Amino acid sequence: MEKNDSYWSDRYRKLKDQNHRQNSEFDAWSKKTLDPWNQKTGYQEKEFTNSSNIPVKEVYNSKDIPEDTEKNLLGMPGEYPFTRGIYPNMYRGRLWTMRMFSGFGTPEDTNERLKYLIRHGESGLSIAFDMPTLYGFDCNNPRSDGEIGKCGVNVSSLKDMEVIFDGIDLSKVSTSMTINAPAAILTAMYIAIGKKQGVPLDQLAGTVQADILKEYIAQKEWIYPPEAHLRLIRDMMVYCTENTPKWNYISISGYHIREAGSSAVQELAFTLADGFYYVDMGIKAGLDVDEFAPRLSFFFNSSINFFEEIAKLRAARRIWAKVLREKYGARKDRTLLLRFHTQTSGYSLTWQQPLNNIIRTTIEAMAAVLGGTQSLHTNSYDEAWALPSEEAVKIALRTQQIIAEETGVVDTADPLGGSYYVEWLTNKMEEEAFRYFDQIERMGGILEAVKAGYIQKEIAATSYRRQIRLEEGKEIMVGVNKHAEEGEQPINILRISEEAQKNQLKRLSETKKSRNEQEVRKTLEELEAAMRKEDVNTMPFILKAVEAYATLEEISNVGRKVFGSWKEPVIV
Amino acid sequence: MEAGKNRSLFNGKPIKVLLAKPGIDGHDRGILVLAKAFRDAGMEVIYVGLLPTPEEVVDTAVNEDVDVIALSLLNGAHMTVFRKVADLLKNRKINDIAVVGGGTIPDTDKPKLEAIGISGNYGPGTPISTIVDHITQRAAEMRKLKAMEE
Repeated sequence: MEKNDSYWSDRYRKLKDQNHRQNSEFDAWSKKTLDPWNQKTGYQEKEFTNSSNIPVKEVYNSKDIPEDTEKNLLGMPGEYPFTRGIYPNMYRGRLWTMRMFSGFGTPEDTNERLKYLIRHGESGLSIAFDMPTLYGFDCNNPRSDGEIGKCGVNVSSLKDMEVIFDGIDLSKVSTSMTINAPAAILTAMYIAIGKKQGVPLDQLAGTVQADILKEYIAQKEWIYPPEAHLRLIRDMMVYCTENTPKWNYISISGYHIREAGSSAVQELAFTLADGFYYVDMGIKAGLDVDEFAPRLSFFFNSSINFFEEIAKLRAARRIWAKVLREKYGARKDRTLLLRFHTQTSGYSLTWQQPLNNIIRTTIEAMAAVLGGTQSLHTNSYDEAWALPSEEAVKIALRTQQIIAEETGVVDTADPLGGSYYVEWLTNKMEEEAFRYFDQIERMGGILEAVKAGYIQKEIAATSYRRQIRLEEGKEIMVGVNKHAEEGEQPINILRISEEAQKNQLKRLSETKKSRNEQEVRKTLEELEAAMRKEDVNTMPFILKAVEAYATLEEISNVGRKVFGSWKEPVIV
Repeated sequence: MEAGKNRSLFNGKPIKVLLAKPGIDGHDRGILVLAKAFRDAGMEVIYVGLLPTPEEVVDTAVNEDVDVIALSLLNGAHMTVFRKVADLLKNRKINDIAVVGGGTIPDTDKPKLEAIGISGNYGPGTPISTIVDHITQRAAEMRKLKAMEE
């Protein structure tokens, strides 16, 4: 490293040097063969770039990648830097988990759907919550009117979670809960149910998303200012490391960053930058990197530009392994493994000619598998319209089964490894990600960059550029701005009944009547005192409040009182 | 896309639009794109950020004297929440601010929204120019009403 050079800028400069290559063979071919051909047949007047705005050449050859690629940049599967996959035998050993995200309406509806999935052999449950739950509002808040059960299941207190998991043995399933701002409260509810069922805490398995940085960046579901949420997540990390060793407490998510309009490389860079922040946070909280970092997992998007997605996922694995070893001094291989879930892109789906979405999802799922994903959710063809119908979900699941059972792509690890184009693009994605890491550090780190609105602006600019390109016909969505049809017939979609809201209001009022008010008040006061002391772990106090049937909003309100709320920086 | 710059139609005063997501919904990709696009089309755009209540939306619209309130929701709550905005305007006897909607609105809901005066109701994939044209048309109607009042 040169003097005053940070790790990030040093690595960025090296990657730039590595990828800036003379290619006399390409130049000679271009002059001798390509140019005359183009002059004879005519150029196609089009920019060939991908979502990351990286120009793509006519063809790639060995001169486009470093000579030591195999030895230094790839390794073999299951070996550092894990570009080719985190397991030696990849899908021969075990297929990815087909984890379909579900949750809608009332806790009763969701309980029924979960039991249905368990009966059909699924042990990996994945729960979606509705908007009021995600923002820490009870069902009886006026703001929740009309929103109950619409985008997921509604939870206002432990009573609702008891219904969701009624008859489900928590020692036999793993549960993924997609929730962020109130993640500690929902984790406490899950622990409370485990305790009631008599399941030892070290048997409770699952994941809570709890990636609050990407909320400020993209999904915008926060309650308090960033520092307050980060502190609560730190408390949960420490508590879970000590008490629930099978609970993955952060799923670092690029999915929402991408859906909010970022490019593939922005998704890669901002997600990993969030990940590095959590690693720093764990180390600062006194945890050993080799003890807690293996509990961090990732969640990526797979969109429609096939090779770009594959390159992104391969680059992500390599970057994580290298940075964890080089910068954070991880010693165990397990710490270096970037494990990830993938979901196909919702944004790539069209409202028009919805059956075409099955094809889009298939291509995206294939990219996720060729990129080496550990689990996968395939979107249903009707999801541009609403939550999926049962028939559409089944086709989405069958899509994964066809890829796994019929196509042969699972027979060998990293089948695209060594492709000049894929390797060049993987290197380029890595370089561009480091350009962002360097830039983010110059701004004082990811938290400062988010608070300044820089990351959000970068994403909005990409999203706007893409929209304009669509309007100008420079990018195509079949059925939307090309091959469109008149007079399309509406498809059948899932509608959530307004009964869900009545059902929830009734249970909440019953819960409030039957609980011990004095106990509720006491637990909330103790929680407030804990929140006011930076060095006290809030997690045991949240658990006590949850167990006294304090509601989601009552617990969230303690934080609102102590930490205040958050107004995002203006970026338009 | 020069709609808002058509000064003869709008007496030299650009179309003023309030963009809002009046529900519990953080999906702001679409609304941020529209904010820029409306500005590029010469309109004056006010975006109040996430999570305003219907009351806050209407208060802002009145205080800022906008021509059009453009609502966006992608969380399925449009029937309840859009209606609240329309009702608030009606209760305050405000008829010179148009309300247009957009988001994931099923076809069967569109006539119901139209019936309470919420027009447009554009879904994913709608060209920006279509939306700009519609806003322009609604704004022109409102300007005529305002001129009559004066």
